[in-house]
Amino acid sequence: MTAIVDIGMNHKTAPVELRELVAFGGHNIDEVINSIRSIKDIKESMVLSTCNRVEILFTTDKEKEAKESVIEFLSHVSGIKKEELGSTLYIYDNEEAIRHIFRVGASLDSMIVGEPQILGQVKEAYRIAVNHKSSSVILNRLMHRTFSLAKKIRTETDISGSAVSVSFAAVELGKKIFGDLQGKEVLLIGAGEMAELAATYLLNNRIAKILVANRTFSRAVELADHFHGKAISFEEISDQLLVVDVVITSTASPEPVISLNQVKNTMRRRKNRPLFFIDIAVPRDVEPQVNGIENVFVYDIDDLTGIVESNINKRKGEAVKAERMVDEEVIKFSEWFKTLDVVPTIVALKDKCENIRQIELRKTLSSLGDLTPGQRKGVENLTISIAKKILNDPIVLLKKKEDRTSRNLYLDIARKLFNLDSDSDETKPKGVE
Amino acid sequence: MHIVFFRLTLILYLIATAGFLFFIIKKNKKVGFWSHRILLAGFVLNSIYLALGYYQLGAVPALNLKGALSFFSWTIIGAYIIFQLRFRIMVLGSFVVPFSTFLMIISSTIPISPITVRPIFKGFWLPLHVATALLGDAIFAIAFIAGVMYLIQEHQIKSKRLGAFYSRLPSLNSLDSINYQAINYGFLLLTIGMITGSIVAQGSHGSYWLWDPKEVWSLITWLCYAALLHQRMAVGWRGRRSALMSIGCFFILVFTFIGVNFLMEGYHSFKSLEGN
Repeated sequence: MTAIVDIGMNHKTAPVELRELVAFGGHNIDEVINSIRSIKDIKESMVLSTCNRVEILFTTDKEKEAKESVIEFLSHVSGIKKEELGSTLYIYDNEEAIRHIFRVGASLDSMIVGEPQILGQVKEAYRIAVNHKSSSVILNRLMHRTFSLAKKIRTETDISGSAVSVSFAAVELGKKIFGDLQGKEVLLIGAGEMAELAATYLLNNRIAKILVANRTFSRAVELADHFHGKAISFEEISDQLLVVDVVITSTASPEPVISLNQVKNTMRRRKNRPLFFIDIAVPRDVEPQVNGIENVFVYDIDDLTGIVESNINKRKGEAVKAERMVDEEVIKFSEWFKTLDVVPTIVALKDKCENIRQIELRKTLSSLGDLTPGQRKGVENLTISIAKKILNDPIVLLKKKEDRTSRNLYLDIARKLFNLDSDSDETKPKGVE
Repeated sequence: MHIVFFRLTLILYLIATAGFLFFIIKKNKKVGFWSHRILLAGFVLNSIYLALGYYQLGAVPALNLKGALSFFSWTIIGAYIIFQLRFRIMVLGSFVVPFSTFLMIISSTIPISPITVRPIFKGFWLPLHVATALLGDAIFAIAFIAGVMYLIQEHQIKSKRLGAFYSRLPSLNSLDSINYQAINYGFLLLTIGMITGSIVAQGSHGSYWLWDPKEVWSLITWLCYAALLHQRMAVGWRGRRSALMSIGCFFILVFTFIGVNFLMEGYHSFKSLEGN
């Protein structure tokens, strides 16, 4: 009996230092896949390696031996002793492995639940497996189910709905104020990791220009170069407030840098065009009363963190819905997986034939009118022997393949040819989307 | 026969209303898309209904409250469809369509009364007067709704409590643009409506201006919107203040539209229009 196994580690089970040792970078991923493929007991395999997780997904007929070999391989590439490695790895079999890979694809197992990158990474991992022909009937179907489930979860739940980082929350607010950030001008006052991150996100939204002001002008020039912007002096801030749309402040100044009166005067002169302050500094750089001015919006770091926290809670609520969808899909897949064996397939094949025979026989007999019991028996025997003879060769072949490596392929084809799975149209490998 | 079109229209508008509400609550784009389609179908039937009414009466079928409300509802949906083409903001429908359907429901509960159509209703200027004035009113209704949406969204952002509306409503900038454009076009149509009205008055009563309550209140409404436009263009009002004022102006407009016809005597009152 074939088993699906997933061996891996993620941000919850292993610290980053360890994950780094195990993670496979872009260039040697081909080698890794080839090494895993060459492990004797492994039939199909796929390797997913991101900065937060390493997963080795495979199918095997000899679970115990295959698991041993994979752990040995991981120990070999990372240089960590097997015993030490063991405590950071998780090993999932069959239903648990299916559930795990569904949850990974749907971003339920991510550090930030609902983050969208993981699905792309899983797709890429699968594409590489397909290129190496290391994936076949079972993994093909499993991955396609993973992709469609992830898509369904993303559209039907709000799991990736709202921003869960301060910088993203700020950009989202900007969009709700200005509509489109394209063509807007940004003024960055002071420097700092979070402010720079926010500026980067804004640049990704095709803002027109970025201006940088800093007490130390050389630092301003440096940052401006980094963002392809323009450095200005601290004294020019007031003038620039007339032009820019978004102001990000993060100075270490103990006094506010932007005052109520300063903005009030500005707003009149800029004809009330909206102005959005993102104040990441502690203590605050923008006087809080500035938020009271019409068409001016001030968000400080506490406001933004508050939004992020409530969004994270919202996502947790949505994750419950998503888990239920995963459960449903696991049941469906397991059902299919269990039928992927010689005996159930032969039974299904016979059932199907018998069904057709019965229906057609009934139709024919009713149209033939009065027959003697002997004639009736004759017709019935005819249908039975035709059905038997047609099925004979396929059944013999399937039985012969029972212990061969190509078994799953033949089973899959047989199930498709005779349409034994009601939703079999979805099983055909569509390649990578 | 043509009451069938009215009923079908109402049914389609009700379905579209339910769809648009479902769309805003569940954020289900597919439902929004189909609600829009159903609304368009309803609008076509509504147009047929009104065209038949025009053909039968020989005058714009807005001579009593029943007719005026249903005609007004048609113009609002029409204005919404045009704004939807321009701004592509489906959520606007979740506010406009229920509002308009509500007017249709009121119209449907008013019993049909016979109307004597006097010859003056049949000329060239009167239909033009009624059509432009009501279309102007409808566009002001869109401005009103965009204003309300603006205030909700602005409150969410200012108070920093980002509730259910935050993610569902469009950006402040879009809402402000809709509000502004609606006031521009609404004002243009109201102006044309008042000019054509005075031409009609000259033809029927021999004077361009009669101090009829409707005329006076229309002038007040016109001045109110003129002031708002002035503040926007010359002083640079935007956002909250402009939204508030457009809401205030719309209340005056509603009074002019309905209140005057009921509360005050004059040749615009439905009593006098119906000729009973």
